[in-house]
Amino acid sequence: MIPGTFDYHRPTELSEAIGLLGRLDADARVIAGGHSLIPMMKLRLAAPSHLIDLAAIAELKGVRVEGAEIVIGAMTTQHEIIADEILATRAPILKEAALQIADPQVRYVGTLGGNVANGDPGNDMPALMMALDAHFVLSGPKGDRSVAARKYYNGPYDTAALPGEILTAVRFQAPAAGHGYAYEKLKRKVGDYATAAAAVVLTVSAGQIATCSIALTNVGDTALEAAAAAQAVVGSTLDKASLAQAVAAAEAITAPAADGRGSAEYRTKMAGVMTARALRRAFARATA
Amino acid sequence: MSKSNVSMTVNGKAVSAEVESRTLLIHYLRENLSLTGAHIGCETSHCGACTVDIDGKSVKSCTIFAIQAAGAHVLTIEGMANADGTLHVLQEAFREMHGLQCGFCTPGMITRAHRLLQESPNPTEAEIRMGISGNLCRCTGYQNIVKAIQYAAARINGVEYKEAAE
Repeated sequence: MIPGTFDYHRPTELSEAIGLLGRLDADARVIAGGHSLIPMMKLRLAAPSHLIDLAAIAELKGVRVEGAEIVIGAMTTQHEIIADEILATRAPILKEAALQIADPQVRYVGTLGGNVANGDPGNDMPALMMALDAHFVLSGPKGDRSVAARKYYNGPYDTAALPGEILTAVRFQAPAAGHGYAYEKLKRKVGDYATAAAAVVLTVSAGQIATCSIALTNVGDTALEAAAAAQAVVGSTLDKASLAQAVAAAEAITAPAADGRGSAEYRTKMAGVMTARALRRAFARATA
Repeated sequence: MSKSNVSMTVNGKAVSAEVESRTLLIHYLRENLSLTGAHIGCETSHCGACTVDIDGKSVKSCTIFAIQAAGAHVLTIEGMANADGTLHVLQEAFREMHGLQCGFCTPGMITRAHRLLQESPNPTEAEIRMGISGNLCRCTGYQNIVKAIQYAAARINGVEYKEAAE
């Protein structure tokens, strides 16, 4: 399993990386952690003529707070997310989800930017970013633009990023203090993609759910924002009837493939189960 | 395809070799440096037999190009033993506690366990199991590997190893 030949570039400035991407052949690719791209290159499903490694660009790393927003550099690894103090207090759903991605070795290398930019419906971070209503910063020759995670994914490996653009950061409003959150992932074994998974971020006021967002992983061509499911529980105390309504609404938007993880019907049901579990756990956290 | 000179520090020694950019680190170690301790198992970043330590991180060397590790400090199983040739405490622990059978996964297990104990010197059994969840063993059922890591942790911490009651 030897990849095809390519020329390797290791820029130290973002402008240099954007310049290279514009100047080189159309099949030049940027590489982040490489734990999706290198396996694809070994299978010759990807055969870029040039690889532009983002690893040496310092400005793409790290977590910072800008006003009410949390900004995470695209090259921040899952391991760094798990260890980050800001995220642990302000947006702990990232740690909870990152711990369910792959295995320790992969998390040392795999990045948030790679996870969301790739457009693989099996990746966990896209749904999380939808639940947080995050925006992705795309940097290109004409400067930066921002695209909502909820509008970013067109289909498997098909995203709103244009040729020549690099996803450089993820930004989102820090959820309110005391918010509830949960990422529930059903998988066959450590390191597996989700059979189905659900991300929930909600706030509770006077015992009732005031705001809620839900998104699902790996039960459609892209991560799915489950807006109707979230709407079904807003204003409720997560009573049985509203929970059942949310589950039905979540199941209704799924279109999973049948594969080794189960039949399409099973995975749809599991998307509902994960939604219910994530809602219950998020609600319990917000009311604790 | 042009080759370039890739230099790094492996087991404390400066090394370099002329390789293609597509040369994976595992092949650089095994074929250019003749360090065959890290094994090629699945080649798909699942099994962990190729695990080495790169600048303080456990990495599957089948899923990184050698050129990406240029300038890095790499530790393989060959660099684990003490300077006087005696076994590293983890190596000794794996022998004492029967943490290996066929031995194929062992170099990856030990380099991974080394980093785990650096980050978490006194891990619980659950932390050990999660910590080595990227390393597959098809012989032992993991039981004795977990014990070996517990034994090594106890030795490093200077306390007596007590086997948990079954």
